[in-house]
Amino acid sequence: MLKQTEGSHAVAESVALCRPQVICAYPITPQTHIVEGLGEMVKAGELVDCEFINVESEFAAMSVAIGASAAGVRTYTATSSQGLLFMAEAVYNAAGLGLPIVMTVGNRAIGAPINIWNDHSDSMSMRDAGWIQLYAETNQEALDLHIQAFRLAEELSCPVMVCMDGFILTHAYERVDVPTQDQVDAFLPPYEPRQILDPADPVSIGALVGPEAFTEVRYLAHHKQLRALGLIPQLAAEFRKEFGRNSGGLIRTYRTEDAETIVVALGSLNGTVQEVVDEMRGGGSRIGSVSICSFRPFPLAATREALQHAKRVVVLEKCLAVGLGGIVSDGVRKSLSGIVLNGYTVIAGLGGRAITRGSLKRLFQDAERDELEQVTFLDLNADVISYELERESKSRRTGPTAEAILRRIGTVASGIG
Amino acid sequence: MFQIRIHGRGGQGVVSGAEMLSVAAFLEGRYAQAFPSFGSERMGAPVMAFCRIDDKEIRLREPVLEPDALIVQDQTLLHQVDLFNGLPPRGYILLNSTKSIDELGLGGFARGVQQYRLCTLPASELALKHVGRPVPNAALLGGFAAITGVITLASVLAAIRQKFPAAVAEKNVAAATEAFELAVKTKETIDA
Amino acid sequence: MVKFYQTGTFTVGNRLLKEDQRSVQADMHRTNSLNSGHRACQGCGEALGARYAIDAAMQATGNQLIAVNATGCLEVFSTPYPQTSWQIPWIHSLFGNAAAVASGVAAAQRALGRTGVRVIAQGGDGGTTDIGFGCLSGMFERNDDVLYICYDNEAYMNTGVQRSSATPPAARTATTPALGPSPGNVFGTGKNVPRIAMAHGIPYVATASVSNLRDLERKVKVAMGIHGARYIHIFVPCPLGWGSASEDTIKIARLAVETGLFPLFEAHDGEVTASTPIRHKVPVAEYLKLQKRYAHLFRNPPDLERIAQIQMMADRNIEKFGLLH
Repeated sequence: MLKQTEGSHAVAESVALCRPQVICAYPITPQTHIVEGLGEMVKAGELVDCEFINVESEFAAMSVAIGASAAGVRTYTATSSQGLLFMAEAVYNAAGLGLPIVMTVGNRAIGAPINIWNDHSDSMSMRDAGWIQLYAETNQEALDLHIQAFRLAEELSCPVMVCMDGFILTHAYERVDVPTQDQVDAFLPPYEPRQILDPADPVSIGALVGPEAFTEVRYLAHHKQLRALGLIPQLAAEFRKEFGRNSGGLIRTYRTEDAETIVVALGSLNGTVQEVVDEMRGGGSRIGSVSICSFRPFPLAATREALQHAKRVVVLEKCLAVGLGGIVSDGVRKSLSGIVLNGYTVIAGLGGRAITRGSLKRLFQDAERDELEQVTFLDLNADVISYELERESKSRRTGPTAEAILRRIGTVASGIG
Repeated sequence: MFQIRIHGRGGQGVVSGAEMLSVAAFLEGRYAQAFPSFGSERMGAPVMAFCRIDDKEIRLREPVLEPDALIVQDQTLLHQVDLFNGLPPRGYILLNSTKSIDELGLGGFARGVQQYRLCTLPASELALKHVGRPVPNAALLGGFAAITGVITLASVLAAIRQKFPAAVAEKNVAAATEAFELAVKTKETIDA
Repeated sequence: MVKFYQTGTFTVGNRLLKEDQRSVQADMHRTNSLNSGHRACQGCGEALGARYAIDAAMQATGNQLIAVNATGCLEVFSTPYPQTSWQIPWIHSLFGNAAAVASGVAAAQRALGRTGVRVIAQGGDGGTTDIGFGCLSGMFERNDDVLYICYDNEAYMNTGVQRSSATPPAARTATTPALGPSPGNVFGTGKNVPRIAMAHGIPYVATASVSNLRDLERKVKVAMGIHGARYIHIFVPCPLGWGSASEDTIKIARLAVETGLFPLFEAHDGEVTASTPIRHKVPVAEYLKLQKRYAHLFRNPPDLERIAQIQMMADRNIEKFGLLH
């Protein structure tokens, strides 16, 4: 059924349709509306056979999820930013134990400095924890990915993180098509655990594993994600057949067939990128874009196939490997191993800075002329940087950096762009 | 694509206004996107919300930099925030105020080169009258429907009814309707 | 009421008791949930306490029990990969989250409609009073249907005897060495988790000791007869960490009770409802002397001031809980 609704609410409806049995919630901007929506559904009796637990921290949230999932029930939670870090130990634990928990990450920057706006630094911090990571481009895709995620998680016994841009998607009203309960039931059968805490058949879960077996256990986790490379497109194809639309999969290409310049990005940014691609194609540029949906496992083969014939690749990242440059770029570069082309990393949108068509067009045109640095920070205010560096070189007691910069750029009223 | 930018202060329903606008467009079978320019929850701070309406899927995610219409819910923002940034010639400005355009010091905009189509509406007063609270968003949407014709009044009212519980919804419907009727009179003047 | 006169080892032969008064451990059909073959040290109080407690819980629930274990000695010695000592469904997740994981397991039982299956969370003092404190409080506050058992050996033992907030004053640990003007753990620090549990108003809180088998078993069974958040704090000597003889474990546990340093009591809904009287009060020195972690108090000359301070703590407990009649 078509609805015009907030992204968070679309996800709440989707998760509810997946018949979760335990939901644990701890509030953090910008995911709160998701768990609030689910909590309301449980309290109102719309979502039945589901326990909704208000926990005392994100660490508790993931821990409660671990207990519930190990006891054999379909489990869900959501978090963002600082919350994801706070549960980091448990995030690794869930993957290591092979528990098919599904979690929404409402992508938000990580402090310090504290920032509530969107970027990908949070989910990127957990990229090697062993969770499958899927990025949604639109609220429709966010809705759809949760349905696929439970299926994927349960088939592989591997937790799945569905990432959606905080505010940009979570708080945006958009048209979505919400499937029926029957449709979801047909796609997502009841959870059949590989392991379960059950007095009728006792098992011990969570043993200490020493050097004699640890590598093998870790290899099997890696192998699981390699299997996901096949399962993810399979589920997306099945989803397309049952629900009638393209959602998920490893990557999506846009006008890349004859492209000389290809832009790579994750999440909602791809919408704006495609608009600019169309505009520049109209002007004669041979440009296209690739949206990576499955970031873990990283789709090396699919990415290589999409990019190998281009002259240059621009990876637009909403995250930063401090001291190195790009994170997504690493995966892209790896996929192009042995192929020579110009690769550019562009760090954009950190802490929620708007990424505009205008800036992107100028950027892509610079790329076409190969006039880009290896690593570029889009729309960086060079004046502020040089002023701050000079100030720091002149004295020792310079005070907190962030506050100094804020003072320099003036009061923050409604800056539009 | 038609782009709207709504300016106001926290607590004035700026965000719900944009959301209702998107719902109204959706009810007419169109695609619509609404999202806030975000900040921590705080009453009184300047806020913005954006809405895009189109007949095909909307992919653009940047803030509305070139609004076809501005809705200004709080006149005290006029000289504090660069409200008119990006407004093209003949762009609509719908202002919540009991004062006239000249009294607000905006006469130059209306008669100037840009030929902005300016309309003021006493939306807070209408809201106080019908709803009992000076939250002007619903009334302004009624006015928006009248002066731009981008959505119909019927769609606006349906969106209001979806958003609010029944009793409150009807009061907002009344405010929006009266605003619509007031604005219709202005439309002819500004379209000339 | 049958009065028992204690023999030298304070035991009473089960053959004198009616069947329903016999201990779970005396029962031929006890589940032996923590089976032999685990790797605990000789004389480990925690291994003893866990076996007593879990077997009692199994009897009380008709063997419908799931256990969640924090990282620590119990977890490590009971599951040396690839073996496990546990005969019951058991999960170890992290150091600080046993209470939260247990809340999740309990929620799952509700979601599955398995009303008879009960959940125990267990951990040492480190995992309970320090790193697991937040999750413990959360479980208490929600009144989740979990019995949390803390095996208190008064330090982080598994990592090499470091101080926890359960370490008593003056005790030597690797991070509170017996050096300087204030040797051992500092006076005036520490957390009393049973009292904190009571402050949450949960249905049942109790302290127990491995020296009082039947009392421990009874308290576990009482706990399993209640739904909601429950907490049992068990005193478990650690020969290695305390520097005591492995054959003295039960003796030391009894002395802790008889000095008043470890009062045995029960509380319902935040109020103390019963306490176990001390039969013959024992001066704290007799308890302290058996443990090398207090050896610095008994040099030449002995540290009378600190011993007196410890005696005061014991006397305060005796008064507070009315342990002497």
